[in-house]
Amino acid sequence: MAVIRENNILETIRMIDEECLDIRTVTMGISLLDCADTDIDVSCRKIKEKIRNKAKDLVKTCRDISKEYGIPIVNCRISVTPIALLASVSGGDCKKYAIALDEAAKETGVNFIGGYSALVQKGTTPGDELLMNSIPEALACTDLVCSSVNIGSTKAGINMDAVRTMGRIVREAAELTKDNNCFGAAKLVVFCNAVEDNPFMAGAFHGISEPDCVLNVGVSGPGVVREAVRQAGPKASMNEIAEIIKKTAFKITRMGQLVGTEASRRLGIPFGIVDLSLAPTPAVGDSVARILEEIGLEQVGGPGTTACLAMLNDAVKKGGVMASSSVGGLSGAFIPVSEDQGMIDAAANGTLCLEKLEAMTAVCSVGLDMIVLPEDTSAETISAIIADEAAIGMINNKTTACRLIPAIGKQAGDTLEFGGLLGYGPVMPVRNVSPKVMIDRGGRIPAPMHSLKN
Amino acid sequence: MRAVISTVGKDRPGILAFVATRCAEKNINIVDVTQKVLQDLFTMIMIVEIPDDIGDFSEIITEIENAGKQEGLQIHVMHEEIFDAMHTV
Repeated sequence: MAVIRENNILETIRMIDEECLDIRTVTMGISLLDCADTDIDVSCRKIKEKIRNKAKDLVKTCRDISKEYGIPIVNCRISVTPIALLASVSGGDCKKYAIALDEAAKETGVNFIGGYSALVQKGTTPGDELLMNSIPEALACTDLVCSSVNIGSTKAGINMDAVRTMGRIVREAAELTKDNNCFGAAKLVVFCNAVEDNPFMAGAFHGISEPDCVLNVGVSGPGVVREAVRQAGPKASMNEIAEIIKKTAFKITRMGQLVGTEASRRLGIPFGIVDLSLAPTPAVGDSVARILEEIGLEQVGGPGTTACLAMLNDAVKKGGVMASSSVGGLSGAFIPVSEDQGMIDAAANGTLCLEKLEAMTAVCSVGLDMIVLPEDTSAETISAIIADEAAIGMINNKTTACRLIPAIGKQAGDTLEFGGLLGYGPVMPVRNVSPKVMIDRGGRIPAPMHSLKN
Repeated sequence: MRAVISTVGKDRPGILAFVATRCAEKNINIVDVTQKVLQDLFTMIMIVEIPDDIGDFSEIITEIENAGKQEGLQIHVMHEEIFDAMHTV
């Protein structure tokens, strides 16, 4: 056993107590392929049984580990096989699946269940259609169900018919939950190049190439990275800063690896991956934006932001990759506007605009995340924003996503409150020039040249 | 199993004895202790051996941490593995 030095012990305690270091999520992936049945009611019953059976000890195990190791585990979650696959077998009213998932999730005590999903990057099956059209109602009548739709990939191109549909679905999801802060849209992610082992919500689903049951872990620690950068002082060069971020990411990831392997050992299921994402929360000091500002920007969103974010994202990966036996998921820095106090401040005073966020998504992990749009944003405009974001993902061989929330009843400058981990978001102005003709064309944007690697 | 007990609080006589007594009551063996007083702040780190038959480790942790709270001490009891994982390659 290695000799642990006193200052290392104090450093770890400080990270947890003062710098918001935590395990953001332990997510159990459960395959539901064996629950498919031509009778939707039978299928739903099997789903509930399987989830209940696999995840019954998940929350308790996480609580025990959290206590014994002294590390907060913020969320326990479940991801399941994209439900569109089951809907393809059963047909019928897809909402029943959402209700079954919601009930099963509540029984196990997890705080979100993801996988009300369809993968339609190349084309749409009748099951996919059923599922996509049921999303707004499914999200309105459940509490814990999260939905995602993959509309593009580097290999397949972008399914513009699905993009058009999803613009409408995002709007409807917000409209149906307008009395609940448009919360439906906050549980819906539209992806390009979605990954199959992502532990983070709302975009988590259990891919079909995954084992029957697996445990994935998402770590977090923007506050720790920021403090390390602060200690380096303003004279450190950018490569020195990158080096510091790498070392910090290593430590954070090792903690995730330890918790993940221990949890999977206790639950008797295989350990999947550690997702190296730096995930912010609205808590003071738990902000990715503040890291960028600590590197030397007056405020996030100004010139220099994209360069700092690119370095941060890369350094986090380099540090984390050696610390874990298996890295996966989205692995990068998240920039959800409403969940990050630094982003909220910059968006509220106009320094951070939608277009700058789009540029930032080209170099960081996900995409336009938790962005609140004015009520008058049309379905076509939402589709066009999704298409732009998907194009960045498709061309750059990376995951991009949109979680856009049209704030029904609100205009640019207003604020939409979600509460909890989802925070609050200033309504961001959108350039309202119509992309209607382009969106109405539908069809597909063909896969780019570099998809032809064989 | 080894664990680390860290204690931070305003310095006064009897803190070490207090924590050591809580350990003795639970049959927890102290393997190593370092302590410092900086200005008025008492900081102590103990490496302890937790017996295998201790029962519910989480409950023991809560008990010791709460006992500390009542004395105005911030006590953390953590599995040693976390420090190994984070600070060694």
